[in-house]
Amino acid sequence: MATRIFLRGAITKRTVLFPPFLRSSISSSRNGSTLVVAEHENGTIKSASLSALLAAASLPDKDSSVSLLLAGSGPSLHEAASHAASSHPSISQVLVADSEAFKNPLAEPWAKLVHLVQQRGDYSHIIAASSSFGKNVMPRLAALLDVSPVTDVTGISDSHTFVRPIYAGNALSTVRYTGASPCILTIRSTSFPVSQKSVDSKSDKASISQVDLSTFNEDLDKSRFVSQTSRDDEGPDLGSARVVVTGGRALKSAEKFKLIEDLAKKLGAAVGATRAAVDAGFVANDLQIGQTGKIVAPELYLAFGVSGAIQHLAGMRDSKVIVAVNNDADAPIFQVADYGLVGDLFEVIPELLKKLPEKN
Amino acid sequence: MKIMVAVKRVVDYAVKIRVKPDKTGVVTQNVKMSMNPFCEIALEEALRIREAGLASEVVAVSMGPSQCIDTLRTGLAMGADRGIHVEADDSLYPLYVAKILKKLVEIEKPGLLILGKQAIDDDCNQAGQMVAGLLNWPQGTFASKVVLDKEKQVATVDREVDDGIETISLNLPAVITTDLRLNQPRYATLPNIMKAKKKPIKKFTPEELSVEIKPDLEIVEVTEPPKRKSGVIVSSVDELIDKLKHEANVI
Repeated sequence: MATRIFLRGAITKRTVLFPPFLRSSISSSRNGSTLVVAEHENGTIKSASLSALLAAASLPDKDSSVSLLLAGSGPSLHEAASHAASSHPSISQVLVADSEAFKNPLAEPWAKLVHLVQQRGDYSHIIAASSSFGKNVMPRLAALLDVSPVTDVTGISDSHTFVRPIYAGNALSTVRYTGASPCILTIRSTSFPVSQKSVDSKSDKASISQVDLSTFNEDLDKSRFVSQTSRDDEGPDLGSARVVVTGGRALKSAEKFKLIEDLAKKLGAAVGATRAAVDAGFVANDLQIGQTGKIVAPELYLAFGVSGAIQHLAGMRDSKVIVAVNNDADAPIFQVADYGLVGDLFEVIPELLKKLPEKN
Repeated sequence: MKIMVAVKRVVDYAVKIRVKPDKTGVVTQNVKMSMNPFCEIALEEALRIREAGLASEVVAVSMGPSQCIDTLRTGLAMGADRGIHVEADDSLYPLYVAKILKKLVEIEKPGLLILGKQAIDDDCNQAGQMVAGLLNWPQGTFASKVVLDKEKQVATVDREVDDGIETISLNLPAVITTDLRLNQPRYATLPNIMKAKKKPIKKFTPEELSVEIKPDLEIVEVTEPPKRKSGVIVSSVDELIDKLKHEANVI
């Protein structure tokens, strides 16, 4: 109840914070300007969205300016906007769409919102992270604008030429977008890693303006958010962890998978899993690494009891150092591993737990 | 209610692909082709809905060269009632797939359109979202569970999202794209493969559907990913820890 009242208060206050005259500022149209559709959580921009921002800033266009679109409702939206405004020197403007319609990440109102913002801003590029949100919303938006999106971009050659992996990362395709503006991209965040240096907060804040939603007329009855079940997150985020410890089918049971979790804890690492481990019910599906799960590229990737199927390699082959422990010396994982150890993981993991240096 | 399912013919998931020496694409000649695994899941779900008495007919659709007929026959052998083949050359981008699907939806008027979440060749993950946008239908992407309420004309969809499972509810008609854990697709039995040969497959061309194919993307080149330098096999945990500490400097 208390939060409800606080929320109302914040909304009333917000009207004071952002006077109406600021609202018209988004109608200015400029060539070579980029819109980043960002996700936020607990009052800050998600790190995958910061990667999308880095990708936007790296577009080789001298006159380019970057606007960031944030939507949602409640005080955390405005905290996030304030965070965004000072988070990167390339941001010239933060657009805020405050409505209950964007409280949950439903594709229908979101695609309509970005469409509306595009009609007013005439951006040359619209970029989001290749997160489940970006993958859900951006192609729908592209269809509304009658353009082909380029998804899961890992490299930018010039303002209209991009590299993206195909066939589970077994080939890299360079594509040129030749259609009308805007060029719509989703960005693989591991290819545009966010370092402390790259998001050094700048002293002068970008302007924050409200998106005028008076003409927003999405038929909001077509889809409804029901619920969301999340894991209790203890360790670091899988997508951005420095170390990832992954277990496969060979862990045998959810109980024994705890060994992987213990090792991850000791290393301050995130826990990953193969499809086999998820399907067998050892861990939740959001830990799956691979072509259809999460894509990771940590400094150190430790794979235990993972055979190394094409579909799994697609999600981790860009890791800096790969360690594989498997009792099958012929397992394909050893072909990509920098360090391999042929042995029983039920002996190796306890030994590692004992001998690894204490994390400070 | 009728359900339409889009199925794509792709290089089999187990094939280790090779990039063409002239960098124009990957070698697809004399390579085993199959139905995209996510499309099998999409078709299986449609069949289960029909078997539960919530749908009257399942129509499988495929686009591409004439060999897509084989993919459609596989779908018919799994249990689809009939097929539609839209003859087109190999490189249809998702935007045009979505435009063709929209036209077919207008002809067939299904209550539900089911696709796989992505094709394992181009890894785009776009067509379902795009056709939903073109039709102005709600979308339930990355579905791991679908529950239909025929009376209320509502589909409740569990979606696999980055940090767990999200449940949404969609008014029908709607577009659903399938994730891996939605179901376990059935195998076609020999008698059903024989029966499938008699099931009708209707043919269209994009022109007949008045869809103009005007690609706004071009492939500059297709290359192999950089090779990793070969690793070493260590003989003990001590050696591994030593290497990680002093050679790789990662712990």
